[in-house]
Amino acid sequence: MSTATEEQITIETARKLGLLPEEFEKIITILGRTPNFTELSIFSVMWSEHCSYKNSITWLKTLPKDGPHMLAKAGEENAGLVAIGDGLACAFKIESHNHPSAIEPYQGAATGVGGINRDIFTMGARPIAQLNSLRFGNPALEKTKWLMRGVVKGIGDYGNAFGIPTVGGEIFFDDCYNVNILVNAMSVGIVKIGETVSATSYGEGNTVFIVGSSTGKDGIHGATFASGDLHEDSHEDLPSVQVGDPFMEKLLLEATLEVIKTGAVIGMQDMGAAGIICSTSEMSAKGKHGMRIHLDKVPTRQANMKGWEILLSESQERMLVVVKKGEEDLVRRVFEKWDLNCTEIGVVTDGDRLHFYMNNELLADIPADDLVLGGGAPIYQREYTEPSYIAKNKAFNIDTIVVPEDLKKVMVHLASHPNIASKRWITSQYDSMVGTINLTTNRPSDAAVVEVRGTKKALALTTDCNPRYVYADPETGCAIAVAEAARNIICAGGNPSAVTNCLNFGNPYNPEVYWQFVHAIKGMSSACLTFETPVTGGNVSFYNQSKNEKGEVPVFPTPTIGMIGIIADKKKIMTLDFKQEGDTLFLLGTARNDINSSEYLYSYCNVKNSPAPFLDLKEEFNVQQLVKNLIAKGLVESAHDVSDGGLFITLLESALPNGLGFKIETDEDLRKDAFLFGESQSRILVSVHAEKLDAFVELVADSELDFINLGEVTSDQVMIDETNYGTVAEFKELYENAIGKLMC
Amino acid sequence: MKFGVVLFPGSNCDQDLIHVLSKVMKQEVVELWHKDHSLHGCDFILLPGGFSYGDYLRSGAIARFSPIMQEVQEFADKGGFVFGICNGFQILTEAHLLPGALLQNDNHQFICKNIRLRAETDESMISSSFTIGQTLKVPIAHGEGKFYCDDTTLQQLKDNNQILFRYCDENGKVNPESNPNGSLESIAGICNKQRNVFGMMPHPERASDVLLGNTDGHKIFKSILNTVMA
Repeated sequence: MSTATEEQITIETARKLGLLPEEFEKIITILGRTPNFTELSIFSVMWSEHCSYKNSITWLKTLPKDGPHMLAKAGEENAGLVAIGDGLACAFKIESHNHPSAIEPYQGAATGVGGINRDIFTMGARPIAQLNSLRFGNPALEKTKWLMRGVVKGIGDYGNAFGIPTVGGEIFFDDCYNVNILVNAMSVGIVKIGETVSATSYGEGNTVFIVGSSTGKDGIHGATFASGDLHEDSHEDLPSVQVGDPFMEKLLLEATLEVIKTGAVIGMQDMGAAGIICSTSEMSAKGKHGMRIHLDKVPTRQANMKGWEILLSESQERMLVVVKKGEEDLVRRVFEKWDLNCTEIGVVTDGDRLHFYMNNELLADIPADDLVLGGGAPIYQREYTEPSYIAKNKAFNIDTIVVPEDLKKVMVHLASHPNIASKRWITSQYDSMVGTINLTTNRPSDAAVVEVRGTKKALALTTDCNPRYVYADPETGCAIAVAEAARNIICAGGNPSAVTNCLNFGNPYNPEVYWQFVHAIKGMSSACLTFETPVTGGNVSFYNQSKNEKGEVPVFPTPTIGMIGIIADKKKIMTLDFKQEGDTLFLLGTARNDINSSEYLYSYCNVKNSPAPFLDLKEEFNVQQLVKNLIAKGLVESAHDVSDGGLFITLLESALPNGLGFKIETDEDLRKDAFLFGESQSRILVSVHAEKLDAFVELVADSELDFINLGEVTSDQVMIDETNYGTVAEFKELYENAIGKLMC
Repeated sequence: MKFGVVLFPGSNCDQDLIHVLSKVMKQEVVELWHKDHSLHGCDFILLPGGFSYGDYLRSGAIARFSPIMQEVQEFADKGGFVFGICNGFQILTEAHLLPGALLQNDNHQFICKNIRLRAETDESMISSSFTIGQTLKVPIAHGEGKFYCDDTTLQQLKDNNQILFRYCDENGKVNPESNPNGSLESIAGICNKQRNVFGMMPHPERASDVLLGNTDGHKIFKSILNTVMA
């Protein structure tokens, strides 16, 4: 074992690598000796929050995981796998790349896109759609604009060249993200059931290959970096940020899918966080075998790389492939066709240990199982206490807010607010149409809709989370994120199927942050049970915060929900746009005197403390089922859910695409601001053709749910309670160009 | 008619084109691998969109040196039909099979959106189904789509009726506001003087399927078949 050139390993060395004293002791117990530097580095990255989920797994395990269509449950594979019928399965996952993007927005975001797509195609699924969920700070700040330009260009350049359409997502701005932005990327792929590949390794004597890009010094200790605080010197951690090459990723995609067809592959895993050490240990632990790896055989980008650097490098666009002995040539041929590296670096061994050699010198000798989640990696129960601000939120009284006399001013504020206005400036930089399966390009819907070629079906896809609601009340707020995702899928004509999540929180060692985490998980659980959408996996990102003179300031708790739904007949997709003048407008669900945590209350009235908007899961479910029935029976022309900005924004967004207007009356029993701008949940706006009115009313009345006849679709004006608030075209100008103007 | 679609490493609109040609137009289509030296008896060669060879150095700059391009060059020189879309158009200008160059968009951003095109001539194999001045809605998706050429070349393009499509507004007006990328005289597509090599930045294959809610691009593929049948 090599020790000669290395310093004395102590608790202090361990601390510098981000390990706790008790973790250092545990390592000594596992090995029966003091680890050398390479081994300590291995434990440091594998036991980081990013790889081990040590501070979150206890609670993640409480999430509903079972469903009739589940093929791979959370944590079993690189991504969740759900049967969608026709012998096909959908592999999908969302993942964060927050810390790299906060330091180097372009590469950080680009490699986030690359990583999540590899998680999908390493399972044998061809990615067909991408989404992303982004949170930035105050858009008036130059720093925010710099970050936003970089992130958007990074996602665009990588995703566009990779050639998979970016079909949906969300963008939200708040001061709490000024330093620590959030970049969550989701990928969705399709694979034939029975043709998936597992991230496993077994069979003594089978050959281990590394394929794809060469290995460089980029991203060393990236997983540890992602598991620490961002601070003023974080830019000095730049080598922790990886560099992406979408061209290489495209070749790797094609070669990977082709190599699976040879039948020679035992298992495969991409190299993301913690590089070679992560894939070798996770695959070996899963297959209950060992590995002997010769790091000097790994193709490198620069000379004189040290063994531990090769082991920990997070260079992108690489995969570890375990191949049946004797069938290596089948694999080599495919990678040669695509002009990619394909290098034998080791062999599967009996037993459970990983042996890493550099020039025949043994650098590390570690049991694989002790490194991984579910094996020897530590699991912690963290303490939590209710933050003091929660009481302040609960104390909010709507009567302290005077209903504004000038409603037009509120309308203009909301229509041009970056959280509500069109995200066209961003989305037009993404190729949303490559693959020619995006069915929402010319027919906008609440969810993105992509065709599943070779079947009658389509998939409805969405990401949702209003972090302001989650901050206000983590349990209700996170339940709303799930409810809204399901509602969006219902409004597109789909049936919610399953969830992936990206849990972005502050420091888990802060009991108030952990309280947010625990309650968000509880809210997610109850909502996922209601909509029968099991959680198939995802990713936890802690330490999203900044430091100032007052101490750590966490971002809003942001549990992003990615949801997929199935549309049985791709010719029957529901859209959100009004179709013609004269159609009657109905609001389905209960309108309430509720302006809690609305954009109106938060940024127009400048009230920062209030509870989350109203949500009752049973009521939400019933409203969704009603709309599902109405769509199935062909009784509505459009469906659009009421969310950010309230009913007024919903009406406007439905009117915009075809340049139509609307004329409505508000409910005189409710405050006008609550009726128009409140964000209480479980409400859906539909338009109904005259010929279908009777059948519509009959079905809705039978449901015993509240509904209101609002008025009708008109040619081009915004008319509310007999007052003309101008033309839709006037609002369109504000809505379409608000973000573009900010970015000039 | 037998169509060949060239696959460069990094092409990503190849399957979209093949889908339209085989499933919508019901034509025979074969894939042509960039390392091959055979066009497999195809009558019409298409260069698809994407990022060939990562578009490193300059869009299309490396693809023109690939083995298959030597055959495409020879095929075009003999009067064979070649049509490049987006990255395919960029490759054809790099290979000097079409005049001009495609520069970075004026706003320095990748732009993906529906735009309007106006047919400038009906005397070409890909625009023969249009009447002059007719408009169509087709998407663009590129970062380097600003058509540029020198004055002499521009004059030749006009004199020889080589300009196939211009960007325009919803009413068919060609003006700076409707020019998405800063192209010279809003030029979106051209052909060579011999009228057998065609290139355009917009993607007609992304507007050729009823399911997508836009079939304006279909007419371009129909033009090709109509010309052959005529």
